[in-house]
Amino acid sequence: MKLVIGIVRPEKANDVLEALYRAEVRGVSLSRVEGHGGELERVETYRGTTVKMGLSDKVRFEVAVSDAFVDPTIEALREGARTGEVGDGKIFVVPLERAVRIRTGESDESAVTPVVN
Amino acid sequence: MGALGAVLPIGQIDTGDTAWMLAATALVLMMTIALGLFYAGLVRSKNTLNTFMMSVSAIAIGGVVWALIGYSLAFDGEGALIGGLGHVGLNGVGFEPRGDGTVPHLVFMAFQGTFAIITAALVSGAVVERMRFGAWMIFAALWSVLVYAVLAHWAFGGGWLAAQGALDFAGGVPVEMGSGFSALAAALVVGARKDYGRQALLPHNAVYVLLGAGLLWFGWFGFNGGSGIGANDASVLAFVNTMLTPAAALLTWFVLDLIRGRRVTAIGAATSIIVGCVLITPAGGFISPGWALVLGFLGALPCYAVIVWRPRTRVDETLDVLAAHGVAGFTGILFLGLVAQIGWNGVADGLFYGDAGQFWSQALAAAVAPAYAFGVTFVLLKAMGAVMPLRATEHDEAVGMDVVYHGEEAYASGEGAILVAPDADGEVLVGDPS
Repeated sequence: MKLVIGIVRPEKANDVLEALYRAEVRGVSLSRVEGHGGELERVETYRGTTVKMGLSDKVRFEVAVSDAFVDPTIEALREGARTGEVGDGKIFVVPLERAVRIRTGESDESAVTPVVN
Repeated sequence: MGALGAVLPIGQIDTGDTAWMLAATALVLMMTIALGLFYAGLVRSKNTLNTFMMSVSAIAIGGVVWALIGYSLAFDGEGALIGGLGHVGLNGVGFEPRGDGTVPHLVFMAFQGTFAIITAALVSGAVVERMRFGAWMIFAALWSVLVYAVLAHWAFGGGWLAAQGALDFAGGVPVEMGSGFSALAAALVVGARKDYGRQALLPHNAVYVLLGAGLLWFGWFGFNGGSGIGANDASVLAFVNTMLTPAAALLTWFVLDLIRGRRVTAIGAATSIIVGCVLITPAGGFISPGWALVLGFLGALPCYAVIVWRPRTRVDETLDVLAAHGVAGFTGILFLGLVAQIGWNGVADGLFYGDAGQFWSQALAAAVAPAYAFGVTFVLLKAMGAVMPLRATEHDEAVGMDVVYHGEEAYASGEGAILVAPDADGEVLVGDPS
């Protein structure tokens, strides 16, 4: 059981969601974050004030999956988020100690397994 | 003219008329900023400033082009197809009235100039979120001469359409059908946004949309209420009708929204205010207040239908200029041919009051203006597209027009921003601002 964290461009977030859906990964959280990944800094000017914007908007996906789904999730994130330019983002996989589904109290593997409707 | 007009000496300056026309001109200029706000709310947040700036740039370009050449082509002489060059660079435009008017020629020119400006800005609604800013400005300059000035001459500059009897109180031909059908052509030539039809591209600030629509309505009292070119009966009638038709259109829109989605929507309400104002634009000084209400109730129907239908097509006419201006202007110009009453306007009766010929004159205007606007805009943008790219690259479209073309964000947080000396070299640009 792993937590897959993907930090991607906001304009690619929809593509990632589509790719995750195709990979049959269900259960996703995403949040808007700001970050810097070595991409070119944008220069902006407001009247006399010129600034370099060091942080870019990013979207952070968090997907908790059972081991069999780790690779498909990574593949989906890569496929959806890649443009080939610096700033496409990163994927981090971290071990997950415990997971509980609030509604039923199921824990661990069964908590991260999608409900079959 | 009616009773109030009859007591005024014709061809002499009237200070009351002049005072109102000065105020009306300022009201109409404000409408372009209001339109920028309305449009900015309807796009995604990353394109807020660029969308607004398309309207702002229409003031810069439209205002200058109007003074240099547009006014002369629209309002100099009685040529059937196009005006003369007598007023190029505002030559001969001074304090004396134009023809038998009662306001200084200068005020008349400025009032008409604000119409040219907002009409160019209206077309931008078709191409927001992907057209290059430079290409847009070149287009706006050429369009305001080739399309706006010509249609304005036909409808109220002494051209053939007015000469054969077509009535257009405040710009159903040049402003509303001119912008609406040009917008359709522009959307077809420039092409859809890259994510159109694949992702939901939603308005980012409905409050801007409502506030923009409200300010447009406010300004429209100058637009329609000033189109009698004085504080006269025609202006009074148009002013009051500008209150009534949008109110009726709003109510109709509420009902249509309720039927379709069981909820009354705010963006629908904002849209219907525009639709109502456009419906009454050609008819304002010609139809009774009662018919103005009917126009609001009935005229909203075809516009609503087009707004619901258009997003199901592949045509990314992004902010529905065709529905809100083209179709509404078309409807208003035909409706006036049915219900105009000489008792109210002193000029002509419509079909319902015994003059079928008036309806056919209106039908001619409703056929010719869309064809001209669509055709010329289509050819103009195709020609421009042959010598320059019209749209941003996919990369720049993804980043957003604000950062790429203006180097600013509408909602900059300042977090992570590092001050740079103004003369620092090696400036890094994201995207291609050319």
